[in-house]
Amino acid sequence: MEELQIKKSTETYDVVVVGSGAGGGMAGYVLANAGVKVLMLEAGAYFDPKTDSHQLKWAWESARRGAGTTRPFGDFDAAYGGWELEGEPYTQKDGTEFAWFRARMLGGRTNHWGRISLRMGPEDFKPKDGLTDPWPITYDELKPYYDKVDRMIGIYGTVENIESEPDGIFLPPPKPRLNELFIKQGATKAGVKVITGRGSVLTEALPNNKDRGACFYCGQCGRSCKVYGDFSASSCLVIPAVKTGNLKVITNAMVREVITNKDGVATGVSYVNKLDLQEYQVNAKTVILGASAGESARILLNSKSAAHPGGLANSSGVVGKYLHDSTGSGAGGFLPQLMDRKRYNEDGVGSVHIYSPWWLDNKKLNFPRGYHIEYGGGMHMPSYGFGGGIQDMNGAVPGRDGKKKDGGGYGAGLKDDYRRFYGTQVGMAGRGTAIARADNYCEIDPNGVVDKYGIPVLRFNYKWTNDEINQAKHMQETFEEILHNMGAIYGTMQGKDTNYGLEAPGKIIHEVGTVRMGDDPKKSALNKWCQAHDCKNLFVVDAAPFVQQGDKNATWTILALSMRTAEYILQERKKLNV
Amino acid sequence: MNRRESLKAIGLGTLSTGLIFGCKPSDKKAPETADGKTGAVPGREAYEVEREDKLKAEKFFDDHEMATITVLADIIIPKDAHSGSASDAKVPEFIEFIVKDIPSHKLPMRGGLKWLDMQCLNRYGNTFIKCSSSQKTEMLDQIAYPNKAKAEMAQGVAFFNRMRDLTASGFWSSEMGTKDIGYAGNSPNKWMGVPADVLKQYGMENVKI
Repeated sequence: MEELQIKKSTETYDVVVVGSGAGGGMAGYVLANAGVKVLMLEAGAYFDPKTDSHQLKWAWESARRGAGTTRPFGDFDAAYGGWELEGEPYTQKDGTEFAWFRARMLGGRTNHWGRISLRMGPEDFKPKDGLTDPWPITYDELKPYYDKVDRMIGIYGTVENIESEPDGIFLPPPKPRLNELFIKQGATKAGVKVITGRGSVLTEALPNNKDRGACFYCGQCGRSCKVYGDFSASSCLVIPAVKTGNLKVITNAMVREVITNKDGVATGVSYVNKLDLQEYQVNAKTVILGASAGESARILLNSKSAAHPGGLANSSGVVGKYLHDSTGSGAGGFLPQLMDRKRYNEDGVGSVHIYSPWWLDNKKLNFPRGYHIEYGGGMHMPSYGFGGGIQDMNGAVPGRDGKKKDGGGYGAGLKDDYRRFYGTQVGMAGRGTAIARADNYCEIDPNGVVDKYGIPVLRFNYKWTNDEINQAKHMQETFEEILHNMGAIYGTMQGKDTNYGLEAPGKIIHEVGTVRMGDDPKKSALNKWCQAHDCKNLFVVDAAPFVQQGDKNATWTILALSMRTAEYILQERKKLNV
Repeated sequence: MNRRESLKAIGLGTLSTGLIFGCKPSDKKAPETADGKTGAVPGREAYEVEREDKLKAEKFFDDHEMATITVLADIIIPKDAHSGSASDAKVPEFIEFIVKDIPSHKLPMRGGLKWLDMQCLNRYGNTFIKCSSSQKTEMLDQIAYPNKAKAEMAQGVAFFNRMRDLTASGFWSSEMGTKDIGYAGNSPNKWMGVPADVLKQYGMENVKI
């Protein structure tokens, strides 16, 4: 083995960006396009959807027929990574459970995400119930950036004039599928509003963009798109930023810490090259962390120095605290009226065609805030798991001869049943607001656990409270009513024994809040520009700065915030402040 | 790029079919990487490729087990007027792979096959595959219908549910099964919504989102 030494670069970049996902990618894109010399460090491999996507492969081209053995969302899913990574553990405090999803690749988790692109609303930023801290910015301050993101990246949807669900600048939406029309009917009867989905998929060519193709409706956004027809940070931000000549990417660069000088000013970062396992240091005038809510907190907490004894940007002690993921609970069944349905291509887009924004008033409920519902179902490509549990379905409805039979079986009759049930299934999943709490946090594991690079790992402490459990109960009751109204056949709903199907925190992969913004440096790590109170040339641009997430998926807000921060950095550079 | 241009860019605009993605050389170079080399299989991590090669080189089921799986799979999904049998679609080979890939299948499958043989030895003096056709049917009828199976058949019911599910996974995800089930997607198109005749069939003409 080569003798271990720290390889110090003599070059000084204007900016080093840690992470290449939505936050890091957007910051790098804005800065590089403005002529700033940017170095981007990505902990995973290079990934370009054009060459690396598994789009349009058939299930039989996978030995495991698309099963999620090595990739949690299936063999063709784009994510390199998952909730468990070899050699990169994390620990839990007091038997609590937090599942930490990491995608180690250019573009991070934006390569496989659901492309559901929702803005947070005015009350999400400035809540009126007093339960959580207000953001230091309003919706109106972020709106121009949401607008710019809409135009730059592209999003479909419909103008609905719902105050808590602000409209954007929309491309035409995909039409609903058959199952979704049944859902609309059933939900409406249950008093649940259903509107057109909002997704970052180019249902039409994006004006003034020659690099990205329009969607051709394979419904496989989760695999990432070879024609860049949907939003991935790799295809839409980082690769175009590299083309400017102002941004350089180093992949397989796992950042250990931010380096500061004796005055506490950031001077660069150190990282381990995951392939040669050597240590490197790079210099930059400004450091931007976009490594993910968990990783950015970890890097800051590991960046201890005489000037920053509790970790960088952490004189308030809040770094790692207020960790929160969306709540999630789901249900499903099948529609007997859709048996023997006509076959046609209904792949559509790979994001949601319809959804239900939160529709109730909390004053009458036993939990705060709310949730939205995402829906699915239809005639998908058969893959691993197809036809599973048929014994619970084929005994529930009459056969072709009009007579009921015993569930299960074998032979020609069973084979025919699989055909009859094809495309009858419907599913729905709630995604709700979890309250940001100081006692849900990540910290550096106090027992000295390190990863295979010798970097101290995170320990999580996260408990749901009755607020989230009651919300999940409400989801299950709503789902049952919708399924019932649709005439669906479904099993027993999730009950108290499973916390009403409430997923473990981290499972929804919307974790945010670990390096929160705020006006008071004693209670927050970052100011309203996502700039560290304690270190003026350090910024955080992922989901860590979120004060409190609404029920809306985080990505569109990450993009808007990161763009805003990058533009602020450009202004400050002009004033020679950073 | 509009849809036509984007399909052309990936080789699907002018040619009917069969153009494989990834053959078209990338028009730009990947930026410098710390390793300076690219993976052998596009879109796959090296560990995935190594793991799969290793699994394919291993053998889990012995010849008797594979023969039993083949007989069972073809009883579950036989050849009919529309398509071939489970073994025609190479379902037994799929099951051999998937139990290695998802090891939680290994013990229940091996133990379930053994349970079945022991039942048949006690009842008919033969292992399952050596039983007559009517004996096989009589045996499977004890375990293929969970709601009417006797309590002492619980192990057989659990095994047969798993065997049925694995057979369905392997068959319907094969090229033969996908064609049979009538999946019409996975090809570039413009989604225009539910066809008019289908809307009419379900009385959904006036349902708007």
